[in-house]
Amino acid sequence: MTFIGILQILAYLTILTLLAKPVGIYLVKVYNGEKTFLDILVRPFERLIYAITRVDTEKEMNWKQYGFAMLLFSVASSVALYAIQRLQFYLPSNPQGFAAPSEHLSFNTAVSFVTNTNWQSYAGETTMSYFTQMAGLSVQNFLSAAVGMALAVVFIRGISRFETTNLGNFWKDLVRGTLYVLLPLSFLAAIFFVSQGVVQNFKPYDSAKLTDARTIQVDKKDADGAVVKDEKGETVQEDKLIDSQTIAQGPVASQLAIKMLGTNGGGFFNANSAHPLENPTPLSNFVQMLLILLIPAGFTYMLGRMVKSQGHGWAVYSAMMILLVAGTATLYWAEAKGNPIFPANVDQTLVGGNFEGKETRFGMAASALFATVTTAASCGAVNSMHDSFTPIGGLVPMINIQLGEVIFGGVGAGMYGILVMIILTVFIAGLMVGRTPEYLGKKIEAFDVQMAMLYVLIFPLLILGFAAVTSISPDFGLTSLNNPGAHGLSEILYGYTSATGNNGSAFAGLNANTLWYNTTLGIAMLVGRFLMIVPVLAIAGNLASKKQVPATIGTFPVNTVLFSILLVSIVIILGALTFFPVLSLSPILEHFQMINGQTF
Amino acid sequence: MKDLITSTLVIFVMTVLVGVLYPLAVWGVGQALFPHQANGSLIVKDGEVVGSELIGQTFTSAKYFHSRPSAAGDGYDAGASSGSNLGPTNKKLIDRVTTDAETLSEENSTAKIPADMVTTSGSGLDPHITPAAAEFQLPRVARERGISEAKLREIVAKHTSGRDFGFLGEPRVNVLLLNLELDKSQN
Repeated sequence: MTFIGILQILAYLTILTLLAKPVGIYLVKVYNGEKTFLDILVRPFERLIYAITRVDTEKEMNWKQYGFAMLLFSVASSVALYAIQRLQFYLPSNPQGFAAPSEHLSFNTAVSFVTNTNWQSYAGETTMSYFTQMAGLSVQNFLSAAVGMALAVVFIRGISRFETTNLGNFWKDLVRGTLYVLLPLSFLAAIFFVSQGVVQNFKPYDSAKLTDARTIQVDKKDADGAVVKDEKGETVQEDKLIDSQTIAQGPVASQLAIKMLGTNGGGFFNANSAHPLENPTPLSNFVQMLLILLIPAGFTYMLGRMVKSQGHGWAVYSAMMILLVAGTATLYWAEAKGNPIFPANVDQTLVGGNFEGKETRFGMAASALFATVTTAASCGAVNSMHDSFTPIGGLVPMINIQLGEVIFGGVGAGMYGILVMIILTVFIAGLMVGRTPEYLGKKIEAFDVQMAMLYVLIFPLLILGFAAVTSISPDFGLTSLNNPGAHGLSEILYGYTSATGNNGSAFAGLNANTLWYNTTLGIAMLVGRFLMIVPVLAIAGNLASKKQVPATIGTFPVNTVLFSILLVSIVIILGALTFFPVLSLSPILEHFQMINGQTF
Repeated sequence: MKDLITSTLVIFVMTVLVGVLYPLAVWGVGQALFPHQANGSLIVKDGEVVGSELIGQTFTSAKYFHSRPSAAGDGYDAGASSGSNLGPTNKKLIDRVTTDAETLSEENSTAKIPADMVTTSGSGLDPHITPAAAEFQLPRVARERGISEAKLREIVAKHTSGRDFGFLGEPRVNVLLLNLELDKSQN
C-alpha cells in the first residue's frame, strides 16, 4: 500500500460524498414530477413518448398494479432481447457476420440484461453484432436500471406516505428515470470517454501489420477442425506465422457510459473495463468508478429528503461508507502483499503487489478500489481479473455481493435492499428493548418482518443450493473449471453469488457457456431479481397504508451513529453467518494453502 | 392486456431512442470532435495501419523492448481480449512465471525482474510496461542497437507517462510507440 494509492482512494470517496447531495436533490425533483433545468430539452420527448404509448400518467397504482406492470414489462423485454440475438444474422450492423448465439446462451443473456445483472457467458467481440450490443443489450442497460430506480422510489414512497394505496405510476417513473437521469448523464459521459480513447464507430474490425512478426507452434488441425495426431497418438505441431493483429471496434463509448451509470456492468469487449479501448486512461477509470456509485449515493440523500429526516439519509450513507472503506482497505492490503509462491527473482514490490490480471496504467490501488466498488454496487464491470486475485483479495468482492449488495448497491436495488435491512434492524432493536418496533412514524408489524425475512432467505438458498449441486457434479459442473483445488470452489460459488445478486462480475476462468451453467445461472438471476422484488413491493404497499404514530421517548432514533453501527452489524451478521462455512472451504482455505506455498 | 401493449410500445420507442438515436448522437459528436480516438487511436505508417496507440503487441526480437505476457488469443489478439484467469495457487501460473523469469534473466541480467514482465494483464492487450521493466530491458536493447544507454534512456522517457493529474493510476511506458520510434530513429 502506497501513499499515492491511498490518496487516490480518499479522493474518490470525497468526491462521491460531495456529489450525493446534488444528485439526490435532482432525483427527488425527477420522481416527484417537479420542474428541472432539463425540462426545456427533455419535456417534449417525454410528452411524445406518453402520446405514442398512450400512458395515463395521472393514474396512480397500488403495489400489485405496479408490480404487475413491472413484471409484464420485464417479460416483454426478455422476449425482445432473446429475439434480437436469435435474429442477429439477419439484422443490420453486423460487419463481422456473427451467427446467432445458441438458444441457452441467448436465454441466459436476455435474462442477464433484463435483470440488470449483465452476467456474460459470451465474449462480446467474438459473439455479438454491433446492432445486438446497442439496440438489444444497451437498451436493457437503460431500462433495467430505470426499473430498479423506480422500485426504490416506490419503497421510499411507501415509507413517506400515510394511509394510502397509491404508490405512483410505473410507466411515468420508468420514462422519467430514463429521460431525465440516465440518458443525459450517459451522453455526457460517453463523449468524455471518446475523448479519452474509447472507440465509437461502426466499421469492421481493423487489421494492423505487426512490427515484429513471429512464428509460433500450434496444434495442427484437419479440415473439420479436429486436432491431428500421429501414430503414437501425440498431437502434431505446425508453424503459424503471426504478422498481423485484429483490432476489434464498435459503438463502445455509448454502451460503456450506461453500463457504469446503470450499474449494469456488461462489457462491450470480453475484458470489460480492463480493455484499453473500453478504459484507456487512469482518468477514464476514475470517472467510471464515480459513475457506478453516483446514483446509489444520491438515493441515500433522496431517502432523507423524502422521509423528511436528512439525518436518517446520512446515517444510511455512513453505514454504507463504513462497509465500503473496510472492503477497499482489506482488498488493497491483500493484493499489495503479492503472491508468496512467485519465484524469489521476481520483484512484486515494484508493481505494488499481485499483478496477474491487472493493467499497468491502473496499478494496485485503482484495481482494488474498482473491484470493491463494482461489487458493492451491483455493477459487475471489472478492470482487473478477480479470478487471479489473492484469496483474501477475491473474498472481498464475493462477500460484498453476499451481503446483499447493500453497500450503496445497484441503482435502486441497493436502496430497496438496505431498506429491508433497516426494517430488520429496527425490528431487532425493538426486540432488545421490548417495544413494538417503529420506523419513521410507522409500526413495523409481523407482515413486514415476514416479507423482509423472505427477501433475506431466498438469496442464500439459491446461491448455496446451486453451488452445492454444481460442485459435486463432475460431468456438467466441474468440467467448466479453470482452476483446481479450493480456488475451483471459489469459481463456482462466485458464479452463483454473482448471478443471484444480479452483479454480473465473475471469476471469469469458469466456462459458463454450457447448457447447465447458462440455464441455472439464468434461473438464479430471474429468481434473485423478481422473487425478491415482490416482497419489497408488498412491504412498500403495506407501509403506505399505515397510520402515522407520533415519535415518543421510547422510539429508536434512526438518524444516529448508534443506528448506523447497528445497521452495519445486522448486514454483516446476516451475511457472515450464512456464508461463512462455505467461504472457509474456498477462499479462506486457499489463503492458508497459499501462505504454505501449496500449488494445485 | 393493456399493460402488455404498453410494454411493447415502450420497448419499441425506447429502442429507437436509446438504442439507435443515442449511440448515433455519440458517434456523430465523437467523430466530429475526436475522430482519432473514436476510430481506435490507430497508428498509420506508410499508408498502412501498424497498430493502435492503446493496444499492445508482442515483441520477440532482442532489439525491441518486450511487452508483458498476454493471454489474449495467441498473444495480444485484440479480436479476443482475455486475462489468464489463473488463480494464485494454480501450478500452471507458478510454472509459467518461473519459466518466463528464467528466460528473462538469461536475455537480460540477473537483476530482480519487475513483476509486470512475468504476469499477464487483465485484457491481454496492456500497451504499457512499468518504467522499472523498461529500465530492466534497457541494457539489452542498447547493446543490440549499438546506441548508448543514456541516449536510449532519453527515448524511453519520451514515451513514459506519469500519473494522470499527478496522482491517478501509475507511471507507464508505451511499448509499441517506443519501439516504433527506435526503428524510425535508426533508419
